[in-house]
Amino acid sequence: MAIETADVEGIAHLARIEIDEQARAGYARDLSGILSFVEQMNAVDTSEVEPMAHPLDATQRLRPDEATEPDRRDRYQAGAPAVEAGLYLVPRVVE
Amino acid sequence: MNWETVIGLEIHTQLATQSKIFSGAPTAYGAEPNTQACPVDLGLPGVLPVLNREAVRMAVKFGLAVEARIAPRSEFARKNYFYQDLPKGYQISQYDWPLVEGGHLDIDLEDGSRKRIGITRAHLEEDAGKSLHEDFHGMTGVDLNRAGTPLMEIVSEPDLRSPAEAAAYMKKLHALVRYLEICDGNMQEGSFRCDANVSVRPAGSEAFGTRTELKNLNSFRFVERALAYEVERQIDLLESGGQVVQETRLYDVDQGVTRTMRTKEEADDYRYFPEPDLLPVEIGADFVADVRETLPELPDEKRRRFIEEYGLPAYDAGVLTATRELAEFYESAVTESGGYAKRTANWIMSEFLAYLNKDSLELADSPVTPEMLGTLIARIEDETVSGRVAKDVFEAMWSGEGGPDEVIERKGLKQVTDTAAIEAMVDEAIANNPQQLEQYRAGKEKLFGFFVGQVMKASGGKANPQLVNELLKRKLDES
Amino acid sequence: MHHKTVAEASAALRAGEVSSRELTDALLGRIEQLDPQLNSLITVTAEQARAAADAADERLSAGQGGPLTGVPLIHKDIFCTEGVATTCGSRMLAPFQAPYSATVVERLGAAGAVMLGKANMDEFAMGSSNETSYFGPVRNPWDLEAVPGGSSGGSAAAVAARLAPAATGTDTGGSIRQPAALSGVCGLKPTYGRVSRYGMVAFASSLDQAGPFARTAEDLALLLGAMAGFDERDSTSVEHVVPDYTDGLSRSIKGLRIGVPPEFFGEGLDADVRSRVNAALEVLEGEGAELVEVALPNMELALPAYYVIAPAEASSNLARYDGVRFGHRCAEPQSLEDLYKRSRAEGFGDEVKRRILVGTYALSAGYYDAYYRKAQQIRRLVADDFRRALEEVDVIAGPTAPTPAFNLGERSDDPVQMYLSDIYTLAVNLAGLPGLSVPAGLSRGRPVGLQLIGGYFEEARLLNVAHKYQQVTDWHKQVPEGFE
Repeated sequence: MAIETADVEGIAHLARIEIDEQARAGYARDLSGILSFVEQMNAVDTSEVEPMAHPLDATQRLRPDEATEPDRRDRYQAGAPAVEAGLYLVPRVVE
Repeated sequence: MNWETVIGLEIHTQLATQSKIFSGAPTAYGAEPNTQACPVDLGLPGVLPVLNREAVRMAVKFGLAVEARIAPRSEFARKNYFYQDLPKGYQISQYDWPLVEGGHLDIDLEDGSRKRIGITRAHLEEDAGKSLHEDFHGMTGVDLNRAGTPLMEIVSEPDLRSPAEAAAYMKKLHALVRYLEICDGNMQEGSFRCDANVSVRPAGSEAFGTRTELKNLNSFRFVERALAYEVERQIDLLESGGQVVQETRLYDVDQGVTRTMRTKEEADDYRYFPEPDLLPVEIGADFVADVRETLPELPDEKRRRFIEEYGLPAYDAGVLTATRELAEFYESAVTESGGYAKRTANWIMSEFLAYLNKDSLELADSPVTPEMLGTLIARIEDETVSGRVAKDVFEAMWSGEGGPDEVIERKGLKQVTDTAAIEAMVDEAIANNPQQLEQYRAGKEKLFGFFVGQVMKASGGKANPQLVNELLKRKLDES
Repeated sequence: MHHKTVAEASAALRAGEVSSRELTDALLGRIEQLDPQLNSLITVTAEQARAAADAADERLSAGQGGPLTGVPLIHKDIFCTEGVATTCGSRMLAPFQAPYSATVVERLGAAGAVMLGKANMDEFAMGSSNETSYFGPVRNPWDLEAVPGGSSGGSAAAVAARLAPAATGTDTGGSIRQPAALSGVCGLKPTYGRVSRYGMVAFASSLDQAGPFARTAEDLALLLGAMAGFDERDSTSVEHVVPDYTDGLSRSIKGLRIGVPPEFFGEGLDADVRSRVNAALEVLEGEGAELVEVALPNMELALPAYYVIAPAEASSNLARYDGVRFGHRCAEPQSLEDLYKRSRAEGFGDEVKRRILVGTYALSAGYYDAYYRKAQQIRRLVADDFRRALEEVDVIAGPTAPTPAFNLGERSDDPVQMYLSDIYTLAVNLAGLPGLSVPAGLSRGRPVGLQLIGGYFEEARLLNVAHKYQQVTDWHKQVPEGFE
């Protein structure tokens, strides 16, 4: 799969990473290289194979429903880029 | 052309757990911003989700109540998108393998018939935070207290054929989750939220029309209005040669219209994939059996029982079982009254609900308890007070003046059943009104009521009406 | 003093021959003097280390504490450490201080270990050479022109240079074993779920696993014993008894069946590495082990499958770095989208961006089945290969990496060439098995590692084999020139 410069723009938007126009060609080349490399996977027929999401065949443990976390807002917000009145601030979002 | 409306609802219910679905932060509503958001809810680096047993139990309970299949193995998936109130950049939800699949709910239509609405699935997911758009120097404030609150999304089949049916389904579901005690149902606080998929098609057509998704239908009234508007809009479009565009629309409560929120092209590519931080959830037969033990009597069963056991009309049974609290109130009151089921029903449906409504009170905040109401009805039945006086007693109880016996005693409202005393009042009434007596005896029988009124007035309303009738009849008719 | 292994230091501490404070001061001095050449540490926590050492000394003099009490070590900067910066090798987290500590950090701290500092690493653990760190590359103590391997390159280099007897690392596709091999130390990636991932910055959640670096297998056993165990904060951690890993270290390996897959000795394997690894296998044979050929037919597909799965999970795991709640935020964002895009563009380096883009693409509508689902299917084939092979043999052995350490800059222009460094290690992560690398010689002055792979939760067996090997070899006792 060859990735075009325009594709890079779309993927980068999905991933919310700004990529300068000049840099897009380089990413397109790298991504094309990686994708053509991973397409080696097509060499094997896996139509009958169940996908494997976890290495261990274990199941989810369930936690008791207890509120155990105290309010530590000040600590958690100590390194936040922009906070006011306990809220995280972002540029105005119009809904 | 005749158009058929096709509606499916997606209802998000916040589950009434103590802690969040994947963290130990509390879920109480209305706390100071971000004081109930722990590192897991904030999406800080390195922290991991652990699933709350109670959230699973509640979803299973719902599944059993709608006779759905409880998946023996279900999985969580990540729904990836960027938004300021989604701290991790993904929402943990369920996609291919939901916990609950294929149930149904019966709704009552206006013509008295019932209709079965299919429930496609119900799955668990986490809620997002909230944004505050007040002016923080032109910035938006993000509060993540709600992030991670357990949600169960209940998806219906596109079986609803009118806005009224959609509202009926939503109300029924609302009552059910409250019956099950898995959701507080508080729509103002966002505990029960509704989105709708709407399309229209020519009557008789099999194929679905292009649908729009309506967001933000967060009251029973809005659902019906918004859907009615949207159906009308789609029909107008089609009839004027236009086409419905697949898109997400937002209901504007103030204007009463729906507006484009985002088009299909603008829709996010959510890149769902299995959540690697959580393992598959296995629900064994034991777990299901344990949950089944906790299932309360469901609204439909309860209604049926009210009709059979209490001999109530279907309508009364429907009103009284609309919520679990009201049904419980009714049953306690009936017991207290000594089993006067129909009179208790009448009192609740007229007096009691009217008072609640007048004062905008929730049932739980009612100053009149089921014990008080039941006792009052017992006092009517044992002729301590008349029905009319009982209304005064009720009003006094509502104002916090005490229980029925206390009010009757203190205000001296006990009914007079002493024949001699009533006979004296009857004699007096006849003696004081010779003119009316003459007319009555001349055949103007409707003056009987006048004499009853005179006697009741003399007794201060306390004379036993039956005795008054009997004695008056005898005295007036003797010559 | 700095040549002491964990076990030796532990014995000396308990015997009162040396205090933890003396040991700590000596190593801090060495770090100050030697690390500028290596750049193996991002943060040195001298003050906290001295306080922890003093506390350890008090316990030791009261006759308390365990084998790690007072033993200095270094944590990879991927583990959250309350009160100390956790950068993950990224500009994105340069300003970040976690309000909690990782379970690994807590456990080692509770065992009395003294943290000297936080090790440099490839940014977000994405890399095989430690060149993607925002804090600059790490150099290999054996040859300052060479990379130490990655992503836990700082941990490996620091242990090799005797700046600490031990370090922690994480291994998603070889990030403990490959730098251990390239830097000439021992490194163990435990079974997936053996060690808690809580507080460890996630790269690829279904592959990440924390483990120890040290110079001997015996030390790895001591460290793993403290690190391993169930953690209720990690749903993927396993409720499985933690054995005393030091127990069976000296057990004879007579009759042990060692599987040698030809797929580990194919094209691309450096001739020197091949001969060193073969020599190591002969040593094991000499100890009574039996070498058996086993097949791992889908080995070749592990690399492409890995380079879909890991970036896909990473693209999602790294979405939380958005400049809103912590970490780097761009100046004067004009809109929410601008905030996201510029903060992430500035905060992430090239390799991280490349992987996020690849992962985003692999999960996107229309490509999911062809890439992600396909890769998960191949993952099962790879895991099944190992399962079958491990029914026939007790452990599998081969080279850890196809070449000795390469030069800085040598592979940075071609991502796929760089990915080939992990060709023998990442299949083990796909399967979730334990793997260990032990020093097995030098090639042109640069170390070579022997990789041992075992069945699920059979870390003790790997440690036993590695220990027996180290009893009769002295590669681990060799010291890089300039770091004596």
